[in-house]
Amino acid sequence: MKNLFTLKRWAALWAARADFASGLWTTLRVSFLGLCFALFLGIVFGLLSTSKNKTARGLARTYVEFFQNTPLYIQTFFFYNGLPYFGVILSPFIIGILAIGLYHGAYIAEVIRTGILGIPNGQKEAARSQGFTYLQSMYYVILPQTLKIILPPLANQALNLVKNTSVLAMIAGGDLMYHSDSWATLYDYHAQGYIAAGLLYFILCFPLAKLAAYMEKRAKIIPGSIQVQNAEAAEV
Amino acid sequence: MDIIFNKTNLFFMLDGLKLTLLIAIVTIILSTIIGVILALIRNYCKGILAPLAKFVTCYVELFRCTPNILWILVIRFFVKGSPVPIAVFACTLFTSAVMTEIIRGGLNSIPNGQFEGAASQGFTFVQTLFYIILPQTFKNIIPALLSQVITIIKDTSFFRVIEVAEFTRNSLGVIGAKCTETYQIMTLFGIVAATYFIICFFLSCMVRGYHKRVTI
Repeated sequence: MKNLFTLKRWAALWAARADFASGLWTTLRVSFLGLCFALFLGIVFGLLSTSKNKTARGLARTYVEFFQNTPLYIQTFFFYNGLPYFGVILSPFIIGILAIGLYHGAYIAEVIRTGILGIPNGQKEAARSQGFTYLQSMYYVILPQTLKIILPPLANQALNLVKNTSVLAMIAGGDLMYHSDSWATLYDYHAQGYIAAGLLYFILCFPLAKLAAYMEKRAKIIPGSIQVQNAEAAEV
Repeated sequence: MDIIFNKTNLFFMLDGLKLTLLIAIVTIILSTIIGVILALIRNYCKGILAPLAKFVTCYVELFRCTPNILWILVIRFFVKGSPVPIAVFACTLFTSAVMTEIIRGGLNSIPNGQFEGAASQGFTFVQTLFYIILPQTFKNIIPALLSQVITIIKDTSFFRVIEVAEFTRNSLGVIGAKCTETYQIMTLFGIVAATYFIICFFLSCMVRGYHKRVTI
C-alpha cells in the first residue's frame, strides 16, 4: 500500500507516458480495424445464414460455431505459432486484426441473423402490397426495425472487442496491456502500471457501455407513442 | 507419433482439462451466489442503503469496462497464495460482475404483480424473494448461466499468463517441449481446439434446446 503513494513511482509512470501512448494507439488501431473486419464478416455470414441455400447456411453455421466455441487465445496462438509452419508469418498487429475480427465476426453474424429473423415476413409483404418497391420497403420498413434490434448488442460486441484486444499482450503484440505489463515488470512498479492500464481501458470502454445502455433504452420505445416525446423531452 | 501420444503427455493434458473444468464449475457456483446478493442489493437497496447499490453499480461497470487479463495480472501480483485458488478468485471476480447483470435482468423480468400477489398473501419481503421471485428468476436465467459457463471455460485459457496448470497451458507446454514435426504440432493443435469445441458446443446445444423447450 505504501508503494501506491510513492511519488517517485508516479513520476516514473509519467516519464514512460510515450510507451503507454504507443500501446494505446496500437490498441485503438487494432480495435478499429478489427471491428471493421468483424462487421464485414458478420454481415456476410449473417446474410448467408438467413439465405435459402442449404450449403450457404451450413457454411455460416460452421464458421459461427467454430469461432464461438474455441477460446480466442487458442485462435490467436495458432496464428502466431501455428501458421509459420505453413510459411505464413504475420506481424502481431495483423494477427490481432485477424484473430479479433474472426472471433467477433462470429458473434456479430449471430446478432445480424437474429436481427433479420426478428422481423416478421408480413412486414415485407405488407410494404410491397402498399406499392413500396423492394428497396423502398427495405429502407423505410425493414431496416429501421432491424437496426433497432441489432444496435444494442452490436455496441456490446464493440465493447467486448476492445477488451479482447488485450489478448495481444500474450503474443507480445505491443498493445496497451503488453506495454503496461512490461513496464510494470521492468521497474516492479505493478500498482502504477496496472492502474494506468485499467484507467485507459476504462476510458475507452465506458462510453461504449453507456452507448449500449442508451440504445437498449431507445429500442424499448414504441415509435409514435407518447413515450417518445417524453423521452425526447427528458433528454433536452 | 507414439513419442507424443504416450501416457505421460496425455495424462498431463487431461490433468489440465480437469483443472479447467474445476475452475469453471467452482467459479460459476461462487459467482452465482455473489451475483444473487449483488443483484438484490442493486435492485432493492433504497433510501439509507442506496450507497450500497451505487457501490455495486460501480463494481459492475468497472469490471465490464476493463479486460480480464488485466485483473488476472493484478490478482497475481497483489494476492499471495497457490495458483489454483488465485485463478478461481480472479475468475470469480470478473464473472460475478457479469452474473450480477444477468440475475438483475432475470429479476426485472418478473412482473410486479408477483410481488403484490405475495404481499397480499401475507408473505414478508424476504419470503417473497425466496419462495416466489428467485425460483422464477433462476428458471429464466438458465440459458444465460450456461452461456456464461462457456465463456468461463474459454477465459480460463488466459490463465496461461500466470502459469496455472490448466488445459491450454499444459497442451501448449507439450507442443513446445515435445513436438518437432509440423504434423505433430498440427495434430495437437487440432486436438486442443476440438476438445474445447466439443465441451462448449455441447453446452451451447443445451442452451438452444432449452430455448426451444421454453418457446414451445
